[in-house]
Amino acid sequence: MLELNNIRKVFNAGTVNEKVALNDLNLYLEEGDFVTVIGGNGAGKSTMLNAVAGAFALDGGSVVIDGVDVTRLPEYKRAKYIGRVFQDPMTGTAATMNIEENLALAARRGKPRGLGWGITRTERSQCREKLKQLGLGLENRMTSKVGLLSGGQRQALTLLMASLQKPKILLLDEHTAALDPKTAARVLELSDEIVEKNNLTTIMVTHNMRDAIAHGNRLVMLHDGHVVLDISGEEKKKLTVEDLLSKFSATSGEEFASDRALLA
Amino acid sequence: MELIKLFNAMPGALAQGLIWGIMAIGVYITYKILDIADLTVDGTLCTGGAVCVVAIMNGCNVFVALLLAMIAGALAGLVTGLLHTLMGIPAILAGILTQLGLWSVNLVAILGKANQAISVDKYELLVSLRWVKGVPLLQNTIFVVAIFVVVIIALLYWFFGTELGCALRATGSNGQMARAQGINTDRNKVLGLMLSNALVALSGALLSQYQGFADVSMGRGAIVIGLAAVIIGEVLVGWVCRNFAFQLACVAIGSIVYYLVIQVVLWLGLDSNYLKLLSAVVVAIFLAVPYWKSKMHVKPKRKSEKGVKDHA
Repeated sequence: MLELNNIRKVFNAGTVNEKVALNDLNLYLEEGDFVTVIGGNGAGKSTMLNAVAGAFALDGGSVVIDGVDVTRLPEYKRAKYIGRVFQDPMTGTAATMNIEENLALAARRGKPRGLGWGITRTERSQCREKLKQLGLGLENRMTSKVGLLSGGQRQALTLLMASLQKPKILLLDEHTAALDPKTAARVLELSDEIVEKNNLTTIMVTHNMRDAIAHGNRLVMLHDGHVVLDISGEEKKKLTVEDLLSKFSATSGEEFASDRALLA
Repeated sequence: MELIKLFNAMPGALAQGLIWGIMAIGVYITYKILDIADLTVDGTLCTGGAVCVVAIMNGCNVFVALLLAMIAGALAGLVTGLLHTLMGIPAILAGILTQLGLWSVNLVAILGKANQAISVDKYELLVSLRWVKGVPLLQNTIFVVAIFVVVIIALLYWFFGTELGCALRATGSNGQMARAQGINTDRNKVLGLMLSNALVALSGALLSQYQGFADVSMGRGAIVIGLAAVIIGEVLVGWVCRNFAFQLACVAIGSIVYYLVIQVVLWLGLDSNYLKLLSAVVVAIFLAVPYWKSKMHVKPKRKSEKGVKDHA
């Protein structure tokens, strides 16, 4: 479903701040794969997701989604295939527009936009049904501006928006990192529900090793811009945080240098 | 000071306010919806006026002349949009560049001189400062321009409710989100700038007819007047209702209030050369107030944000 072939990205090339963020990274996802991605700070986790989404031009390699080479497609054209939830709850929704308008925008992802109504009556009732399933009471606030919602509500809404038009790939970029623990747990639960119900091929980046182990069918560890560990199936189910830490130091030759991952 | 003089000047101020209100609605589209301060308008206003005057003098029907003016304005917006999106120039600078270029275009290519009169006696015009009172309602400039304003608001209300209009609003609200939803934000910015400048040019076309001439410097400071109208409308009546059509009407009301106040200030004896300074000061203060307000609210918020980070 997704192929990342030797993708390479260098930031600030030719300067003292040169940073090889993606170092000929390879990753292949089957349809229905739910991959959790961990790695230290600067390992290239978010950069990898942004490379899939098309936020910047690659310095090498190719991105293929469901047989279509999207390497040269701009971000907005790739959006047809991709649903995204961002780390910052502010990023995934339009704050000055109301809930139903945001949903209507998401319902038209990858479709031509003309002079038809931006939201139709049938869509309104569909939106209400979908919002009900979130269980956050948002179905009674459909005309509230999204800017009034809490971070957790916005992430839940963004998740719903990402799945309205079934994406080929769902990208979750540390989408619970900015939330309090309880809300984060609820949003993760929702993510699982939505992924399972729609059988979405998913990549979830996280700082939290427990979450990485508990969710998905496959776990990938990045280090210095490439994959150093790829565990799936039964092996992943038996995985513990200690295993991960020792595997990390074995492959990378250094201690896992993220306090946030250790403490979580 | 004779109160009757002020009273007599009011219909004129009302008509001018309405005409400039159309321009202010154009500014609203870029400033409020697209979140771009588009300085092209200083040039576009004159372009609209110049194209209209020249077209009428060459035998065009007045409505055709208005249409031509709008097309010219849209083209100016297109240039700013392409400078911004295609060439990566910051929006504010792109607007300044177009505006500067337009000065020469207006002076040499369209008008051919600094000032071109168009007499309401010789040509069939739609509006004139002679028709603000004592004429039949259908000929009354205030009535005619008010119809324009209502139609424009209705059309914009419809447009921003369409898929394309929603995409444009999303572009201004959150570009990253818009792109993630498959919206071509660059194209939408260009579209918004074209739409805005077409309205500004229409305003300029009506203004040149109203005052009976097109002048190469008639657009100087237009952006400030537009911003003043947007802000005054928002502060005075904007809070009543968030409905989009009402918000646009508020912009027109803001523009009218601006011209009424100007009239009063002139009546009080202010040298008209000080008007631009006055406008600048008023806009600066009105822009500063929300910023100061938000600063007062941000302080406790910052603390809580920090707290969240420490937890995570």
